[in-house]
Amino acid sequence: MSRPITARRRALESVAYALAFPAALIALWAGSALITPNRFFPGPARVMEAFVSTWLTDAFVVDVLPSLVRLALGIVLSIVLGISLGAVIGSFWVARSFLEPILEFFRAIPPPVLIPVLMLLLGITDEMKIVVIVSGAIWPVLLNTIEGVRAIDPVMRETAATYHLTRGSRVFSLVLPGAAPQIMAGVRQSLSVALILMVISEMFASSSGLGYRISYFQRNYLIAEMWSGIVLLGLIGIALSLIFQAAERVVLAWYHGLKEIERA
Amino acid sequence: MPDSEVLLRVEHLTKNYETPQGVVEAIGDLTFDVRRGELACIVGPSGAGKTTLLKCIAGLLSPTSGVIELDGVPVTSPPPKMALVFQEYGRSLFPWLTVAANVGLPLKNQGLSRDRRRELVERTLESVGLGGVGGKHPWQLSGGMQQRVAIARAVAYGPEILVMDEPFAAVDAQTRADLEDLVRTLWSRLGVTVLFVTHDIDESVYLGQRVLVLSSAPTFVQEDVAIDLPAERDQLSTRADPRFTELRTHIYSQIQLAKRGNSATTVKEN
Repeated sequence: MSRPITARRRALESVAYALAFPAALIALWAGSALITPNRFFPGPARVMEAFVSTWLTDAFVVDVLPSLVRLALGIVLSIVLGISLGAVIGSFWVARSFLEPILEFFRAIPPPVLIPVLMLLLGITDEMKIVVIVSGAIWPVLLNTIEGVRAIDPVMRETAATYHLTRGSRVFSLVLPGAAPQIMAGVRQSLSVALILMVISEMFASSSGLGYRISYFQRNYLIAEMWSGIVLLGLIGIALSLIFQAAERVVLAWYHGLKEIERA
Repeated sequence: MPDSEVLLRVEHLTKNYETPQGVVEAIGDLTFDVRRGELACIVGPSGAGKTTLLKCIAGLLSPTSGVIELDGVPVTSPPPKMALVFQEYGRSLFPWLTVAANVGLPLKNQGLSRDRRRELVERTLESVGLGGVGGKHPWQLSGGMQQRVAIARAVAYGPEILVMDEPFAAVDAQTRADLEDLVRTLWSRLGVTVLFVTHDIDESVYLGQRVLVLSSAPTFVQEDVAIDLPAERDQLSTRADPRFTELRTHIYSQIQLAKRGNSATTVKEN
């Protein structure tokens, strides 16, 4: 039995499995749309048609692209701020006891309630929407970073102390990589939060963007178009998750290797 | 012995831990010196506070009272001329770094150029029998090889004193013998002072010029045994030497005494 062929077959099989269930769902959807036509729930053919005519046009540049840019900026800012703040708070006992009650307070605030206030402060701008995204998406990264930094093995910290590692080495060769598995778990949660907030920020106060478009279609009874927007959101979610998985494979290569050895 | 030859001085060291159940006396009263260039072993029953003692010496724990001096300077934080080899190599090596990066990391603080660093790392890895594995990650190596990486990191650091905390407790017997010989070789080649802590009596006799036998907690030095075996040691002939047997029997009985001392005090406390 030669290994590469089984590996390739397994890869093909897993792709087939991954596509089989969505295909079955679409078939079910098509069937139910045929049997019991519903004005608010058009069939897949109609939605697909609306998808092409709505999104694969200028709308992609006018509505989708700006949304994606805000989403990307919101995610990057959440990750950078979350990790840097988290590393500081996790490293210093004083910072932790000082800030943790406040963090609990702010974390409990649902970001959408900030939108009217932020509209007043920042206006109906890209900045406002990015702030809304960050205000929700930062928490999983921040809290997981704090936890990850605190959970770093004390023997490793003692190693760093006895070998007088430089400050830079401690941050970039101990604290950040040591907390990376937790940080990545936080980033994964942040991605879905960011996507939700991107849509909500545009539904409230906007005259462009994916969220604005979808609620516009709703208000104007363009049901198939609305559904095509929801499909597009789902596809963006899948794309985010694929990008995340690729990044995780690189960042946590050592971690997966280590786990594999421990399991063997 | 003139004082200038003393590298490490431990004087009336005590260490108590505060617990909710009251104060636990880990180290009762420890006094000993380690001379420059010496290979001294510390052996004691489990629970003798060996690790506590090492942490105090390494400046990671502050003693309750007493003095620790390295080269005449009181130890209050990790001293710069000391390298530590931990028992748990898996928790002391950074799994996200390659073997070479692990060994090279402490050198970044020593003002060496990148090329000098790489050269030193390579040479040190070769000297511990790890030539050619610098690009691997520690977890891709066997336990014995990982501990070699930790030893290479300590040696490349260029310490005056190498402190080893039961470094071979977690490796198999054959590997352990090889690593013991490696320690002897490095010690005689580099002229570094070595303080080697173990619970293995044979290991302490085989390695040391001197064995400090600790009592059980609260710890004091039960006996300071000079190991008068020839300097050239060899796993087969040294361990077959009648003198080796005599020494290990002597130390064994000392440790049994130490354990009994402990059970006696336990009974008294009850």
